[in-house]
Amino acid sequence: MADVKTNPLGSHLRENGMLLALVAIVVLFSILVAMQGKPMFLQAPNITNIFLQNGHVIILALGMLLIIVSGHIDLSVGSVAAFTGAVAAWLTVTHKLPVYAVIPLTLIVGGLIGAAQGYWVAYWRIPSFIVTLAGMLVFRGATLWLLGGQNIGPFPREFQAMSSGFIPDLTGLMKPHGLTLIITALAIGVVIWIGLRSRARDAEFGITPEPAGLFWGRTLIIAAATAFVGWQLASFRGLPNVLIVLAVLTVLYAFFTENTVQGRRIYAVGGNEKAAKLSGIRTERLVFFCFVNMGMLAALAGMMVTARLNSATPKAGTGFELDAIAAVFIGGASMAGGSGKIVGVVIGALIMGVMNMGMSILGVGIDYQQMIKGLVLLAAVIFDVYNKTK
Amino acid sequence: MTTLLEMREITKVFPGVKALDRVSLTVEAGEIHAICGENGAGKSTLMKVLSGVYPHGSFEGEILYDGAPLRNRSIRDSEDKGIIIIHQELALIPLLSIAENLFMGNEVASRGVISWPAAFKRTEELLRQVGLNEPPGAIVGKLGVGKQQLIEIAKALSKNVRLLILDEPTAALQEADADRLLDLMLELKARGVTQIIISHKLNEISRVADRITVIRDGTTVSTLSKDEISEDRIIKDMVGRDMAHRYPERESHPGEVLFEVENWSCWHPEQAGRQMIKDVSLNVRKGEIVGIAGLMGTGRTELAMSIFGRSYGKGHQGTVRMHGKPVDVSTVSKAIAAGISYVTEDRKALGLILDEPIVKNISLANLAGVAQRWVLDKRREMQVAESYRKQLAIRTPGVQQKVVNLSGGNQQKVVLSKWLFTDPELLILDEPTRGIDVGAKFEIYTIMKDLADQGRGILMISSEMPELLGMCDRIYVMNEGRIVGELARGEASQERIMALIVTDNGKTTGKVA
Repeated sequence: MADVKTNPLGSHLRENGMLLALVAIVVLFSILVAMQGKPMFLQAPNITNIFLQNGHVIILALGMLLIIVSGHIDLSVGSVAAFTGAVAAWLTVTHKLPVYAVIPLTLIVGGLIGAAQGYWVAYWRIPSFIVTLAGMLVFRGATLWLLGGQNIGPFPREFQAMSSGFIPDLTGLMKPHGLTLIITALAIGVVIWIGLRSRARDAEFGITPEPAGLFWGRTLIIAAATAFVGWQLASFRGLPNVLIVLAVLTVLYAFFTENTVQGRRIYAVGGNEKAAKLSGIRTERLVFFCFVNMGMLAALAGMMVTARLNSATPKAGTGFELDAIAAVFIGGASMAGGSGKIVGVVIGALIMGVMNMGMSILGVGIDYQQMIKGLVLLAAVIFDVYNKTK
Repeated sequence: MTTLLEMREITKVFPGVKALDRVSLTVEAGEIHAICGENGAGKSTLMKVLSGVYPHGSFEGEILYDGAPLRNRSIRDSEDKGIIIIHQELALIPLLSIAENLFMGNEVASRGVISWPAAFKRTEELLRQVGLNEPPGAIVGKLGVGKQQLIEIAKALSKNVRLLILDEPTAALQEADADRLLDLMLELKARGVTQIIISHKLNEISRVADRITVIRDGTTVSTLSKDEISEDRIIKDMVGRDMAHRYPERESHPGEVLFEVENWSCWHPEQAGRQMIKDVSLNVRKGEIVGIAGLMGTGRTELAMSIFGRSYGKGHQGTVRMHGKPVDVSTVSKAIAAGISYVTEDRKALGLILDEPIVKNISLANLAGVAQRWVLDKRREMQVAESYRKQLAIRTPGVQQKVVNLSGGNQQKVVLSKWLFTDPELLILDEPTRGIDVGAKFEIYTIMKDLADQGRGILMISSEMPELLGMCDRIYVMNEGRIVGELARGEASQERIMALIVTDNGKTTGKVA
């Protein structure tokens, strides 16, 4: 019938559920780790490592969300990350180019690879599954070819700083890390301010707002978690560079997808391509853009991983595409395109990252780890589908 | 006559909505019984109760079939008893042959091995019964909707149907096919098949139905016998008020020529050399509502879409002018910039993003209008959506509601809002009232009238001749990609339009006196 009751939690149900799941998983591991008599799960080195070891997944997932929202898929990102990592190594180690030249050059290579794939998908309407499956093979081969089957490394210090460096403490406080504390405080303030602002807007337009308790509960959890992480990091070595890059990218992409004309249009393309086209939207160009963007993000991820391992290897990036895709779907995007949020995707990637680390600390074998991760992905999507049909 | 079916006090409740409230329906053996009602009145829900989509126990009330209580656990149960429903959206598999479709789930087989010769033979026999002259091996997807409808009926016959339910069977058919279908219904009746037809088209109902039950807001309003049937009476019962006038009163004052198309031609996008639009010229004045009549498949939609940003066809030739000056309409965004809007005939597939809320659908064609540079101003976007909700009376709890949850009429208003927000001078409305109930139709007509009064031009494509005659200042008649005539308001009639189409010999064009 025409009248359908809307869920009081509305569109927030999914994000709240995700956040709750993340918190629950963190608490679960904290308890399990404590029960084994090991040092605290949420100590600074572990927190730092979660971001260092999963930064590439988050970065890939940001681009993958756009691809999936536009109604496509990219299976090639692992191979592209490996290839661009090799390109960066080749430029740095073999040709002795400085970092500030290597980074933009590598990003351009990634963008060109994305353009090459996006061209066929967008303008020739070749299914993205096929194009990027081909790309997955081609760039894995290209990586082997460029590296000649060898590892290239090690890298100069500046290049490594991309993945393992920490921000300097401009306050000179050092212990605890002053700048880290300032940034943490700012971040908490911004979260509360944005939350209040959108609540005020909802009220203005008579949209049933989230119950106040739920809003404040969630905001409090986010603020407390941010404060805790900030304090831990400040008392260790400060904010890792990677975390700054991730935070900036996350905010940028969240803003792009939700608050810009082009971002909105990408959702329209995925939601109903024909309707979007007849509304004057150049759908081909947007899809093409999504793939170029994905290529550049894959290059960034490739460089970060190469820098962390301090060498480019032919096997790098294996399975990255699946991690990124899993993060997007755990984060609540729809396979059919047209829906999904950046925040959800980042939480999805963090859930995977926390689980990886937690299970490793607990000594869970890689065999069980894979099975558990697979089941979590399935459960998240079942939860989504169940909520939609209810 | 004996009673075949009696549904007593059926009540069906969905979460938050009472879809049916003690509805009763009695169908005599051997009659054709029509069910009328606005969209959302509960017709389809009632048929789903009858056919077992909603199993026994999920609703209140009692069904007697052949004098015995009917307790369906599934569709299969009701089909076993000879109750077969043909849904609005046909359930055929387009890539399979007629024979494969006919016996889907009911294969002519022994021990799991299908006997194709036997199946083909039975298929031929069934196709003869419904008057369809196609080989059993023909691929269903390549046949027209009219023929597919006949295949559905043949499929019902193969299951020894006793009570055949047709849910808006002619909605997607053109007149000739619809006629053939109605004839077939009468033939089946003569052979003793009892039928229930759900339809919006009152002329069809008065032609085939013996009795009519009108449902409104989930309750039975009346059951009328053949001699009580009149369109006015049915409409009155459906909408619960008198509708002396089905079209708003309109005084038209056409101004200068706003929009002109001259010698417009285009070709089929895939089949090389097949010209779809042939040298079409037409114009629309300011404040004028101009109709395009013609059978389905004569190129009206193709004409409109080829003009609107070359969204159809290739090899476009011809000139489009606004205010006498040629304009570039080579892409959709250029056409919009030139002041042209095209409201599609297929709003679900081409007009709306169903899973998005109303507010995002309304802003879609003019995001720049709710943005500063390239950043969206969501406050402004909400205000825009709210103002259209009020102006066009979109019935919804709020503009955050997903459009998939709206009724057809309200969805159409959302599409109209989207295009009005681009502030068009010319609106091309393609079947603007398709699939919309009588009450909402009147609202759409009123909106059209208001738009014309504001000095906008409207080009209206419709397969329903009464609405063209009721709304338009002028009507172009189109056949096989050409304009075959132009009739002014005073001289237009259904007969004149049909005559122009029928006597078209493929060459003459021009004004008919």
